[in-house]
Amino acid sequence: MSSLTTPTGRLGALARAELTLLGRSKATLLTAVLIPLVLPFSLRSFVDGMDVEESGLSVGLVLLPAAIGFALLFGVYSALVGVYTTRREELVLKRLRTGELRDGEILGGTALPVGATGIVQSLVLVAGSTVLLDLPAPHAPHLAVLGLLLGLVMCAALAAVTAAVTRTVESAQVTTLPFVLVSMTLSGVTVPLELLPDRLASVCELLPLSPVITLIRGGWTGTLSVYEALGALATALAWTVLAVFAVGRWFRWEPRR
Amino acid sequence: MNTDEHEHVIEVTGLRRVYGGGFEAVRGIGFSVRRAEVFALLGTNGAGKTSTVELLEGLARPSDGRIRVLGHDPYTERAAVRPRTGVMLQEGGFPSELTVEETARMWAGCVSGARPPREVLELVGLARRTGVRVKQLSGGERRRLDLALALLGDPEVLFLDEPTTGLDAEGRRDTWELVRALRDGGTTVLLTTHYLEEAEDLADRLAILHEGRIAATGTPAEVTAAQPARISFELPHGYFVGDLPPLAELGVCGHEVAGSVVRLRTHELQRAATGLLTWAERAGVELRRLDVRSASLEEAFLGIAAREEVAA
Repeated sequence: MSSLTTPTGRLGALARAELTLLGRSKATLLTAVLIPLVLPFSLRSFVDGMDVEESGLSVGLVLLPAAIGFALLFGVYSALVGVYTTRREELVLKRLRTGELRDGEILGGTALPVGATGIVQSLVLVAGSTVLLDLPAPHAPHLAVLGLLLGLVMCAALAAVTAAVTRTVESAQVTTLPFVLVSMTLSGVTVPLELLPDRLASVCELLPLSPVITLIRGGWTGTLSVYEALGALATALAWTVLAVFAVGRWFRWEPRR
Repeated sequence: MNTDEHEHVIEVTGLRRVYGGGFEAVRGIGFSVRRAEVFALLGTNGAGKTSTVELLEGLARPSDGRIRVLGHDPYTERAAVRPRTGVMLQEGGFPSELTVEETARMWAGCVSGARPPREVLELVGLARRTGVRVKQLSGGERRRLDLALALLGDPEVLFLDEPTTGLDAEGRRDTWELVRALRDGGTTVLLTTHYLEEAEDLADRLAILHEGRIAATGTPAEVTAAQPARISFELPHGYFVGDLPPLAELGVCGHEVAGSVVRLRTHELQRAATGLLTWAERAGVELRRLDVRSASLEEAFLGIAAREEVAA
Protein backbone atom coordinates (compact mmCIF):
# COMPACT_ATOMS: atom_id res chain seq x y z
CA MET A 1 0.00 0.00 0.00
CA SER A 2 1.23 3.50 -0.77
CA SER A 3 2.58 5.65 2.01
CA LEU A 4 0.10 6.10 4.85
CA THR A 5 -0.37 9.44 6.50
CA THR A 6 1.12 10.00 9.96
CA PRO A 7 -0.57 11.78 12.87
CA THR A 8 2.07 14.50 12.68
CA GLY A 9 1.51 15.00 8.97
CA ARG A 10 -2.25 15.18 9.38
CA LEU A 11 -1.99 17.57 12.34
CA GLY A 12 0.40 19.76 10.38
CA ALA A 13 -1.87 19.98 7.35
CA LEU A 14 -4.88 20.88 9.46
CA ALA A 15 -2.97 23.35 11.63
CA ARG A 16 -1.59 25.09 8.54
CA ALA A 17 -5.09 25.60 7.15
CA GLU A 18 -6.31 26.84 10.52
CA LEU A 19 -3.42 29.28 10.73
CA THR A 20 -4.42 30.72 7.35
CA LEU A 21 -7.99 31.03 8.61
CA LEU A 22 -6.86 32.69 11.84
CA GLY A 23 -4.96 35.25 9.78
CA ARG A 24 -8.15 35.99 7.82
CA SER A 25 -10.42 36.28 10.82
CA LYS A 26 -9.78 39.87 11.85
CA ALA A 27 -12.21 39.88 14.77
CA THR A 28 -10.75 36.75 16.38
CA LEU A 29 -7.23 38.00 15.82
CA LEU A 30 -8.01 41.37 17.37
CA THR A 31 -9.59 39.90 20.50
CA ALA A 32 -6.94 37.26 20.80
CA VAL A 33 -3.95 39.54 20.44
CA LEU A 34 -5.01 42.96 21.66
CA ILE A 35 -6.94 42.23 24.85
CA PRO A 36 -4.12 40.32 26.59
CA LEU A 37 -1.62 43.01 25.61
CA VAL A 38 -3.70 46.04 26.47
CA LEU A 39 -6.05 45.06 29.28
CA PRO A 40 -3.52 44.14 32.00
CA PHE A 41 -1.64 47.37 31.55
CA SER A 42 -4.83 49.35 31.92
CA LEU A 43 -5.03 47.67 35.32
CA ARG A 44 -1.74 49.20 36.29
CA SER A 45 -3.11 52.12 38.28
CA PHE A 46 -5.50 49.73 40.04
CA VAL A 47 -2.62 47.43 40.94
CA ASP A 48 -0.55 50.38 42.10
CA GLY A 49 -3.31 51.06 44.61
CA MET A 50 -3.20 47.51 45.99
CA ASP A 51 -0.95 46.60 48.87
CA VAL A 52 1.00 44.25 46.68
CA GLU A 53 4.31 44.89 48.38
CA GLU A 54 2.92 43.70 51.69
CA SER A 55 2.24 40.24 50.25
CA GLY A 56 5.78 40.06 48.99
CA LEU A 57 4.75 40.78 45.39
CA SER A 58 5.67 43.55 42.96
CA VAL A 59 3.64 45.25 40.25
CA GLY A 60 5.34 43.09 37.64
CA LEU A 61 4.56 39.90 39.56
CA VAL A 62 0.87 40.84 39.55
CA LEU A 63 0.65 42.11 36.00
CA LEU A 64 2.55 39.37 34.16
CA PRO A 65 0.43 36.44 35.42
CA ALA A 66 -2.63 38.65 34.82
CA ALA A 67 -1.58 39.27 31.23
CA ILE A 68 -0.87 35.57 30.59
CA GLY A 69 -4.21 34.77 32.21
CA PHE A 70 -5.93 37.14 29.79
CA ALA A 71 -4.03 35.59 26.90
CA LEU A 72 -5.34 32.15 27.94
CA LEU A 73 -8.89 33.37 28.51
CA PHE A 74 -9.34 35.55 25.43
CA GLY A 75 -6.58 34.50 23.07
CA VAL A 76 -7.06 30.76 23.55
CA TYR A 77 -10.30 29.85 25.31
CA SER A 78 -12.77 32.37 23.85
CA ALA A 79 -11.18 32.30 20.41
CA LEU A 80 -11.32 28.50 20.27
CA VAL A 81 -14.95 28.31 21.36
CA GLY A 82 -15.73 30.48 18.33
CA VAL A 83 -13.53 28.41 16.02
CA TYR A 84 -14.93 25.03 17.13
CA THR A 85 -18.50 26.32 16.89
CA THR A 86 -17.93 27.82 13.43
CA ARG A 87 -16.30 24.66 12.09
CA ARG A 88 -19.11 22.52 13.46
CA GLU A 89 -21.85 24.74 12.01
CA GLU A 90 -20.02 24.87 8.63
CA LEU A 91 -20.03 21.04 8.74
CA VAL A 92 -16.24 21.13 8.53
CA LEU A 93 -15.82 18.86 11.56
CA LYS A 94 -18.22 16.29 10.12
CA ARG A 95 -16.41 16.32 6.80
CA LEU A 96 -13.03 15.93 8.52
CA ARG A 97 -14.37 12.95 10.44
CA THR A 98 -15.00 11.07 7.17
CA GLY A 99 -11.25 11.04 6.53
CA GLU A 100 -8.22 9.56 8.20
CA LEU A 101 -7.92 12.19 10.96
CA ARG A 102 -8.82 10.87 14.40
CA ASP A 103 -11.19 12.85 16.61
CA GLY A 104 -8.39 14.06 18.88
CA GLU A 105 -6.32 15.14 15.91
CA ILE A 106 -9.19 17.19 14.52
CA LEU A 107 -9.63 19.08 17.81
CA GLY A 108 -5.88 19.32 18.42
CA GLY A 109 -4.95 20.44 14.91
CA THR A 110 -7.68 23.06 14.99
CA ALA A 111 -6.34 24.37 18.32
CA LEU A 112 -2.64 24.41 17.38
CA PRO A 113 -2.40 27.87 15.75
CA VAL A 114 -4.32 29.50 18.60
CA GLY A 115 -2.18 27.64 21.14
CA ALA A 116 1.00 28.77 19.39
CA THR A 117 -0.31 32.33 19.43
CA GLY A 118 -0.79 31.97 23.19
CA ILE A 119 2.82 30.85 23.66
CA VAL A 120 4.22 33.64 21.50
CA GLN A 121 2.12 36.18 23.36
CA SER A 122 3.29 34.90 26.70
CA LEU A 123 6.91 35.23 25.57
CA VAL A 124 6.26 38.78 24.38
CA LEU A 125 4.60 39.57 27.70
CA VAL A 126 7.53 38.16 29.65
CA ALA A 127 9.97 40.21 27.61
CA GLY A 128 7.80 43.32 27.96
CA SER A 129 7.40 42.94 31.71
CA THR A 130 11.10 42.32 32.20
CA VAL A 131 11.99 45.49 30.34
CA LEU A 132 9.14 47.80 31.35
CA LEU A 133 8.27 46.58 34.87
CA ASP A 134 11.74 45.59 36.07
CA LEU A 135 10.61 42.02 36.49
CA PRO A 136 13.50 39.88 37.75
CA ALA A 137 14.48 36.60 36.09
CA PRO A 138 12.24 33.69 37.18
CA HIS A 139 13.49 31.61 40.12
CA ALA A 140 11.76 28.41 39.03
CA PRO A 141 11.08 28.73 35.30
CA HIS A 142 10.10 25.07 34.98
CA LEU A 143 7.03 25.73 37.13
CA ALA A 144 6.00 28.64 34.91
CA VAL A 145 6.47 26.57 31.75
CA LEU A 146 4.47 23.66 33.19
CA GLY A 147 1.76 26.06 34.30
CA LEU A 148 1.52 27.66 30.88
CA LEU A 149 1.42 24.34 29.00
CA LEU A 150 -1.21 22.87 31.31
CA GLY A 151 -3.16 26.11 30.98
CA LEU A 152 -3.10 25.86 27.19
CA VAL A 153 -4.30 22.26 27.08
CA MET A 154 -6.93 22.90 29.75
CA CYS A 155 -8.26 26.01 27.98
CA ALA A 156 -8.43 24.17 24.65
CA ALA A 157 -10.32 21.27 26.21
CA LEU A 158 -12.66 23.61 28.11
CA ALA A 159 -13.25 25.49 24.85
CA ALA A 160 -14.37 22.25 23.19
CA VAL A 161 -16.70 21.53 26.13
CA THR A 162 -18.12 25.06 25.92
CA ALA A 163 -18.56 24.73 22.13
CA ALA A 164 -20.73 21.68 22.78
CA VAL A 165 -23.31 23.91 24.48
CA THR A 166 -22.86 26.82 22.05
CA ARG A 167 -25.33 26.80 19.18
CA THR A 168 -24.02 29.70 17.12
CA VAL A 169 -20.93 31.87 16.98
CA GLU A 170 -23.00 34.76 18.33
CA SER A 171 -24.07 32.82 21.41
CA ALA A 172 -20.39 32.07 22.11
CA GLN A 173 -20.22 35.59 23.54
CA VAL A 174 -22.59 34.43 26.26
CA THR A 175 -21.46 30.85 26.80
CA THR A 176 -17.85 31.89 27.35
CA LEU A 177 -18.76 34.44 30.04
CA PRO A 178 -18.99 32.15 33.09
CA PHE A 179 -15.49 30.72 32.80
CA VAL A 180 -13.95 34.05 31.77
CA LEU A 181 -15.60 36.03 34.59
CA VAL A 182 -14.99 33.45 37.32
CA SER A 183 -11.35 33.08 36.27
CA MET A 184 -10.78 36.82 36.05
CA THR A 185 -12.15 37.54 39.50
CA LEU A 186 -11.47 34.41 41.54
CA SER A 187 -8.49 32.65 39.96
CA GLY A 188 -5.89 35.23 40.76
CA VAL A 189 -5.88 36.85 37.33
CA THR A 190 -6.85 40.39 38.34
CA VAL A 191 -6.59 40.05 42.10
CA PRO A 192 -3.82 37.75 43.37
CA LEU A 193 -5.16 34.98 45.61
CA GLU A 194 -2.60 36.14 48.19
CA LEU A 195 -4.69 39.28 48.69
CA LEU A 196 -7.97 37.41 49.30
CA PRO A 197 -9.19 36.32 52.77
CA ASP A 198 -7.64 32.93 53.62
CA ARG A 199 -10.88 30.94 53.65
CA LEU A 200 -12.02 32.33 50.28
CA ALA A 201 -8.55 31.87 48.83
CA SER A 202 -8.44 28.19 49.79
CA VAL A 203 -11.68 27.58 47.87
CA CYS A 204 -10.56 29.68 44.91
CA GLU A 205 -7.35 27.64 44.66
CA LEU A 206 -9.48 24.77 43.38
CA LEU A 207 -10.84 26.68 40.36
CA PRO A 208 -9.46 25.56 36.97
CA LEU A 209 -7.26 28.52 36.13
CA SER A 210 -6.03 29.18 39.71
CA PRO A 211 -3.24 26.56 39.71
CA VAL A 212 -2.07 27.83 36.33
CA ILE A 213 -1.71 31.39 37.59
CA THR A 214 -0.20 30.15 40.86
CA LEU A 215 2.44 28.12 38.98
CA ILE A 216 3.32 31.01 36.67
CA ARG A 217 3.62 33.50 39.52
CA GLY A 218 5.43 30.93 41.63
CA GLY A 219 7.84 30.35 38.76
CA TRP A 220 8.97 33.93 39.15
CA THR A 221 8.87 34.30 42.94
CA GLY A 222 10.32 30.85 43.61
CA THR A 223 8.46 30.89 46.94
CA LEU A 224 6.18 27.88 46.27
CA SER A 225 6.97 24.95 48.53
CA VAL A 226 7.24 21.53 46.89
CA TYR A 227 3.93 20.68 48.53
CA GLU A 228 2.23 23.80 47.14
CA ALA A 229 3.69 23.26 43.66
CA LEU A 230 2.58 19.63 43.55
CA GLY A 231 -0.87 20.63 44.80
CA ALA A 232 -1.22 23.21 42.03
CA LEU A 233 0.01 20.74 39.42
CA ALA A 234 -2.43 18.09 40.65
CA THR A 235 -5.35 20.55 40.55
CA ALA A 236 -4.46 21.70 37.04
CA LEU A 237 -4.03 18.11 35.84
CA ALA A 238 -7.32 17.05 37.39
CA TRP A 239 -9.22 19.82 35.59
CA THR A 240 -7.47 19.03 32.32
CA VAL A 241 -8.28 15.32 32.54
CA LEU A 242 -11.86 16.13 33.51
CA ALA A 243 -12.23 18.52 30.56
CA VAL A 244 -10.72 16.03 28.10
CA PHE A 245 -13.10 13.36 29.40
CA ALA A 246 -16.05 15.73 29.02
CA VAL A 247 -15.02 16.46 25.43
CA GLY A 248 -14.96 12.76 24.59
CA ARG A 249 -18.35 12.31 26.20
CA TRP A 250 -20.29 15.39 25.11
CA PHE A 251 -18.60 17.07 22.16
CA ARG A 252 -20.95 17.59 19.21
CA TRP A 253 -19.53 17.03 15.74
CA GLU A 254 -22.60 18.16 13.83
CA PRO A 255 -25.10 21.00 14.18
CA ARG A 256 -28.33 20.18 15.98
CA ARG A 257 -31.23 19.79 13.60
CA MET B 1 -5.34 -8.29 -0.44
CA ASN B 2 -8.15 -10.16 -2.12
CA THR B 3 -8.64 -8.86 -5.64
CA ASP B 4 -11.31 -11.33 -6.69
CA GLU B 5 -13.67 -9.56 -9.09
CA HIS B 6 -16.73 -10.91 -7.31
CA GLU B 7 -15.53 -10.12 -3.85
CA HIS B 8 -18.15 -8.28 -1.80
CA VAL B 9 -16.58 -4.98 -0.94
CA ILE B 10 -19.56 -3.80 1.12
CA GLU B 11 -21.72 -6.18 3.11
CA VAL B 12 -24.68 -5.05 5.18
CA THR B 13 -26.96 -7.30 7.22
CA GLY B 14 -29.87 -6.46 9.51
CA LEU B 15 -28.86 -2.81 9.73
CA ARG B 16 -30.88 -0.55 11.99
CA ARG B 17 -30.41 3.06 13.05
CA VAL B 18 -32.50 4.59 15.79
CA TYR B 19 -31.94 8.25 16.62
CA GLY B 20 -31.87 9.69 20.13
CA GLY B 21 -35.50 10.79 19.95
CA GLY B 22 -36.56 7.19 19.19
CA PHE B 23 -37.07 7.73 15.45
CA GLU B 24 -36.11 4.60 13.55
CA ALA B 25 -34.60 5.85 10.28
CA VAL B 26 -33.19 2.51 9.10
CA ARG B 27 -35.33 -0.54 9.87
CA GLY B 28 -33.36 -3.67 9.23
CA ILE B 29 -31.82 -3.59 5.77
CA GLY B 30 -29.27 -5.81 4.07
CA PHE B 31 -27.45 -5.69 0.76
CA SER B 32 -24.01 -6.24 -0.66
CA VAL B 33 -21.91 -4.47 -3.26
CA ARG B 34 -19.30 -6.19 -5.42
CA ARG B 35 -15.95 -4.76 -6.41
CA ALA B 36 -16.06 -2.31 -9.34
CA GLU B 37 -19.83 -2.00 -9.17
CA VAL B 38 -21.94 1.14 -8.99
CA PHE B 39 -24.67 0.58 -6.43
CA ALA B 40 -27.40 3.19 -5.99
CA LEU B 41 -29.57 3.74 -2.94
CA LEU B 42 -32.69 5.35 -4.27
CA GLY B 43 -35.46 6.91 -2.24
CA THR B 44 -37.54 9.96 -1.49
CA ASN B 45 -36.38 12.47 1.11
CA GLY B 46 -36.57 10.83 4.51
CA ALA B 47 -36.38 7.30 3.13
CA GLY B 48 -33.22 6.63 5.13
CA LYS B 49 -30.56 7.02 2.42
CA THR B 50 -28.26 9.39 4.26
CA SER B 51 -28.81 7.63 7.59
CA THR B 52 -27.63 4.42 5.92
CA VAL B 53 -24.65 5.93 4.12
CA GLU B 54 -23.39 7.63 7.27
CA LEU B 55 -23.25 4.22 8.94
CA LEU B 56 -21.34 2.76 5.98
CA GLU B 57 -18.90 5.67 6.15
CA GLY B 58 -18.32 4.88 9.82
CA LEU B 59 -19.58 8.23 11.12
CA ALA B 60 -21.90 6.59 13.63
CA ARG B 61 -22.38 3.24 15.32
CA PRO B 62 -25.38 1.25 14.05
CA SER B 63 -28.15 0.54 16.57
CA ASP B 64 -28.15 -3.03 15.34
CA GLY B 65 -26.83 -5.15 12.49
CA ARG B 66 -23.47 -5.65 10.86
CA ILE B 67 -21.47 -3.70 8.28
CA ARG B 68 -18.28 -4.79 6.57
CA VAL B 69 -16.43 -2.43 4.26
CA LEU B 70 -13.37 -4.06 2.69
CA GLY B 71 -13.71 -6.72 5.36
CA HIS B 72 -13.67 -4.35 8.32
CA ASP B 73 -16.16 -2.65 10.60
CA PRO B 74 -16.05 0.97 9.40
CA TYR B 75 -16.81 2.36 12.86
CA THR B 76 -14.63 0.31 15.21
CA GLU B 77 -11.84 -0.39 12.71
CA ARG B 78 -11.79 3.08 11.29
CA ALA B 79 -8.01 3.23 10.86
CA ALA B 80 -8.04 0.15 8.61
CA VAL B 81 -10.87 1.39 6.40
CA ARG B 82 -10.42 5.14 6.01
CA PRO B 83 -7.21 5.14 3.93
CA ARG B 84 -9.08 3.07 1.33
CA THR B 85 -12.37 4.97 1.12
CA GLY B 86 -13.42 8.33 -0.27
CA VAL B 87 -16.47 10.15 1.02
CA MET B 88 -18.65 12.93 -0.32
CA LEU B 89 -21.28 14.00 2.18
CA GLN B 90 -24.69 15.29 1.19
CA GLU B 91 -23.66 18.74 2.29
CA GLY B 92 -20.04 19.75 1.97
CA GLY B 93 -18.10 21.13 4.88
CA PHE B 94 -15.22 23.37 4.01
CA PRO B 95 -14.10 26.54 5.78
CA SER B 96 -15.62 29.36 3.75
CA GLU B 97 -12.55 31.58 3.98
CA LEU B 98 -10.07 29.11 2.46
CA THR B 99 -9.43 29.05 -1.28
CA VAL B 100 -10.10 25.98 -3.37
CA GLU B 101 -6.39 25.21 -3.57
CA GLU B 102 -5.77 25.72 0.16
CA THR B 103 -8.68 23.40 0.93
CA ALA B 104 -7.35 20.73 -1.43
CA ARG B 105 -3.82 21.06 -0.03
CA MET B 106 -5.08 20.71 3.52
CA TRP B 107 -7.08 17.64 2.59
CA ALA B 108 -4.17 16.15 0.66
CA GLY B 109 -2.10 16.28 3.84
CA CYS B 110 -4.66 14.05 5.52
CA VAL B 111 -5.03 11.43 2.77
CA SER B 112 -2.74 8.45 2.30
CA GLY B 113 -1.10 8.36 -1.12
CA ALA B 114 -2.77 11.60 -2.17
CA ARG B 115 -2.59 12.63 -5.82
CA PRO B 116 -1.44 16.18 -6.60
CA PRO B 117 -4.38 18.45 -5.66
CA ARG B 118 -4.23 20.22 -9.05
CA GLU B 119 -4.81 16.93 -10.80
CA VAL B 120 -8.12 16.12 -9.08
CA LEU B 121 -9.29 19.73 -9.33
CA GLU B 122 -8.72 19.48 -13.07
CA LEU B 123 -10.64 16.21 -13.15
CA VAL B 124 -13.78 17.91 -11.82
CA GLY B 125 -13.31 21.08 -13.86
CA LEU B 126 -12.18 23.39 -11.06
CA ALA B 127 -8.66 23.95 -12.37
CA ARG B 128 -9.40 27.57 -13.15
CA ARG B 129 -11.02 28.31 -9.79
CA THR B 130 -8.11 27.34 -7.52
CA GLY B 131 -7.60 30.85 -6.13
CA VAL B 132 -11.26 31.43 -5.30
CA ARG B 133 -12.52 31.31 -1.71
CA VAL B 134 -14.96 28.51 -0.97
CA LYS B 135 -17.68 31.00 0.05
CA GLN B 136 -17.61 32.46 -3.46
CA LEU B 137 -18.18 29.13 -5.20
CA SER B 138 -21.59 28.27 -6.62
CA GLY B 139 -23.48 25.34 -5.13
CA GLY B 140 -22.49 23.16 -8.05
CA GLU B 141 -18.82 24.11 -7.79
CA ARG B 142 -18.87 23.25 -4.12
CA ARG B 143 -20.24 19.79 -4.95
CA ARG B 144 -17.43 19.33 -7.44
CA LEU B 145 -14.80 20.42 -4.93
CA ASP B 146 -16.25 17.89 -2.52
CA LEU B 147 -16.03 15.20 -5.21
CA ALA B 148 -12.44 16.16 -6.00
CA LEU B 149 -11.42 15.72 -2.37
CA ALA B 150 -13.19 12.36 -2.18
CA LEU B 151 -11.03 11.26 -5.13
CA LEU B 152 -7.71 12.56 -3.76
CA GLY B 153 -6.53 9.25 -2.37
CA ASP B 154 -7.58 7.07 -5.32
CA PRO B 155 -10.04 5.26 -3.05
CA GLU B 156 -11.06 1.65 -3.62
CA VAL B 157 -14.54 2.46 -2.35
CA LEU B 158 -16.31 5.73 -2.98
CA PHE B 159 -19.38 6.90 -1.04
CA LEU B 160 -21.30 9.65 -2.80
CA ASP B 161 -24.34 11.08 -1.01
CA GLU B 162 -26.45 12.84 -3.65
CA PRO B 163 -23.43 13.78 -5.75
CA THR B 164 -25.35 15.69 -8.42
CA THR B 165 -27.88 17.62 -6.34
CA GLY B 166 -27.47 21.28 -7.22
CA LEU B 167 -25.59 20.60 -10.45
CA ASP B 168 -26.89 21.75 -13.83
CA ALA B 169 -27.58 19.23 -16.59
CA GLU B 170 -24.05 19.48 -17.96
CA GLY B 171 -22.39 19.17 -14.59
CA ARG B 172 -24.53 16.15 -13.87
CA ARG B 173 -23.50 14.45 -17.10
CA ASP B 174 -19.82 15.21 -16.36
CA THR B 175 -20.17 13.62 -12.94
CA TRP B 176 -21.81 10.55 -14.45
CA GLU B 177 -18.95 10.21 -16.92
CA LEU B 178 -16.47 10.49 -14.09
CA VAL B 179 -18.24 7.84 -12.01
CA ARG B 180 -18.37 5.47 -14.97
CA ALA B 181 -14.67 5.98 -15.65
CA LEU B 182 -13.87 5.29 -12.01
CA ARG B 183 -15.98 2.14 -12.05
CA ASP B 184 -14.22 0.96 -15.21
CA GLY B 185 -10.95 1.60 -13.41
CA GLY B 186 -12.00 -0.77 -10.61
CA THR B 187 -13.48 1.63 -8.04
CA THR B 188 -16.55 0.47 -6.15
CA VAL B 189 -19.11 3.26 -5.91
CA LEU B 190 -22.05 3.50 -3.55
CA LEU B 191 -24.21 6.52 -4.28
CA THR B 192 -27.54 7.84 -3.12
CA THR B 193 -29.84 9.82 -5.32
CA HIS B 194 -33.41 10.87 -5.70
CA TYR B 195 -32.96 11.34 -9.45
CA LEU B 196 -34.46 8.24 -11.00
CA GLU B 197 -32.74 8.68 -14.34
CA GLU B 198 -29.42 8.93 -12.52
CA ALA B 199 -29.91 5.54 -10.91
CA GLU B 200 -31.28 4.05 -14.14
CA ASP B 201 -28.34 5.34 -16.18
CA LEU B 202 -25.49 4.89 -13.79
CA ALA B 203 -26.19 2.03 -11.42
CA ASP B 204 -25.26 -1.57 -12.07
CA ARG B 205 -27.55 -2.49 -9.23
CA LEU B 206 -29.79 -0.50 -6.96
CA ALA B 207 -32.04 -0.68 -3.94
CA ILE B 208 -35.13 1.43 -3.50
CA LEU B 209 -35.43 2.56 0.11
CA HIS B 210 -38.82 3.42 1.47
CA GLU B 211 -39.45 4.37 5.09
CA GLY B 212 -36.20 2.77 6.22
CA ARG B 213 -36.70 -0.53 4.43
CA ILE B 214 -35.60 -1.89 1.07
CA ALA B 215 -38.73 -2.05 -1.07
CA ALA B 216 -37.06 -3.39 -4.22
CA THR B 217 -33.56 -4.33 -5.25
CA GLY B 218 -31.73 -5.68 -8.31
CA THR B 219 -30.46 -4.35 -11.62
CA PRO B 220 -32.48 -1.43 -13.00
CA ALA B 221 -33.96 -3.86 -15.58
CA GLU B 222 -34.95 -6.35 -12.89
CA VAL B 223 -36.60 -3.72 -10.74
CA THR B 224 -38.57 -2.26 -13.62
CA ALA B 225 -39.52 -5.67 -15.07
CA ALA B 226 -41.92 -6.29 -12.22
CA GLN B 227 -43.78 -3.07 -12.99
CA PRO B 228 -46.72 -2.68 -15.43
CA ALA B 229 -46.56 -0.40 -18.47
CA ARG B 230 -48.98 2.51 -18.70
CA ILE B 231 -51.38 3.88 -21.29
CA SER B 232 -53.26 7.08 -20.67
CA PHE B 233 -55.58 9.11 -22.88
CA GLU B 234 -58.61 11.36 -22.84
CA LEU B 235 -61.96 10.11 -24.14
CA PRO B 236 -64.04 12.57 -26.15
CA HIS B 237 -67.29 13.93 -24.71
CA GLY B 238 -70.04 11.32 -24.62
CA TYR B 239 -67.71 8.32 -24.39
CA PHE B 240 -67.11 6.30 -21.24
CA VAL B 241 -64.76 3.49 -20.17
CA GLY B 242 -67.64 1.09 -20.68
CA ASP B 243 -67.54 1.88 -24.39
CA LEU B 244 -64.03 0.42 -24.67
CA PRO B 245 -63.57 -3.25 -25.53
CA PRO B 246 -63.50 -5.49 -22.42
CA LEU B 247 -60.27 -4.44 -20.68
CA ALA B 248 -59.29 -7.94 -19.55
CA GLU B 249 -59.26 -9.06 -23.18
CA LEU B 250 -56.80 -6.28 -23.98
CA GLY B 251 -54.45 -7.59 -21.31
CA VAL B 252 -55.11 -4.63 -19.02
CA CYS B 253 -54.54 -5.47 -15.35
CA GLY B 254 -55.87 -2.28 -13.82
CA HIS B 255 -57.40 1.07 -14.68
CA GLU B 256 -58.30 4.44 -13.22
CA VAL B 257 -60.68 7.07 -14.48
CA ALA B 258 -60.43 10.74 -13.54
CA GLY B 259 -63.06 12.80 -15.38
CA SER B 260 -62.47 12.11 -19.06
CA VAL B 261 -58.89 10.88 -18.49
CA VAL B 262 -58.36 7.11 -18.48
CA ARG B 263 -55.22 5.33 -17.24
CA LEU B 264 -54.60 1.69 -18.00
CA ARG B 265 -51.91 -0.60 -16.58
CA THR B 266 -50.72 -3.66 -18.43
CA HIS B 267 -47.93 -6.20 -18.60
CA GLU B 268 -48.64 -6.73 -22.31
CA LEU B 269 -48.11 -3.27 -23.69
CA GLN B 270 -48.20 -4.11 -27.40
CA ARG B 271 -51.41 -6.16 -27.16
CA ALA B 272 -53.20 -3.56 -25.06
CA ALA B 273 -52.11 -0.65 -27.25
CA THR B 274 -53.03 -2.45 -30.48
CA GLY B 275 -56.45 -3.41 -29.13
CA LEU B 276 -57.14 0.10 -27.95
CA LEU B 277 -56.01 1.81 -31.16
CA THR B 278 -57.87 -0.67 -33.37
CA TRP B 279 -61.04 0.06 -31.40
CA ALA B 280 -60.50 3.82 -31.70
CA GLU B 281 -59.91 3.54 -35.45
CA ARG B 282 -63.09 1.52 -35.99
CA ALA B 283 -65.22 3.70 -33.74
CA GLY B 284 -63.79 6.87 -35.27
CA VAL B 285 -62.75 8.12 -31.84
CA GLU B 286 -59.83 10.50 -31.36
CA LEU B 287 -57.86 9.64 -28.21
CA ARG B 288 -56.45 12.98 -27.16
CA ARG B 289 -53.22 13.28 -25.08
CA LEU B 290 -52.47 9.66 -25.83
CA ASP B 291 -49.44 8.52 -23.85
CA VAL B 292 -48.04 5.02 -24.08
CA ARG B 293 -45.00 4.21 -21.98
CA SER B 294 -43.23 1.04 -20.98
CA ALA B 295 -42.32 0.44 -17.36
CA SER B 296 -39.53 2.63 -16.03
CA LEU B 297 -37.81 3.04 -12.75
CA GLU B 298 -40.14 5.95 -12.15
CA GLU B 299 -43.14 3.63 -12.38
CA ALA B 300 -41.48 1.25 -10.00
CA PHE B 301 -40.69 4.07 -7.63
CA LEU B 302 -44.16 5.60 -7.69
CA GLY B 303 -45.68 2.13 -7.49
CA ILE B 304 -43.74 1.37 -4.33
CA ALA B 305 -44.67 4.66 -2.71
CA ALA B 306 -48.35 4.19 -3.61
CA ARG B 307 -48.44 0.58 -2.43
CA GLU B 308 -47.03 1.52 0.94
CA GLU B 309 -49.58 4.29 1.30
CA VAL B 310 -52.44 1.89 0.60
CA ALA B 311 -50.99 -0.59 3.07
CA ALA B 312 -50.65 2.05 5.75
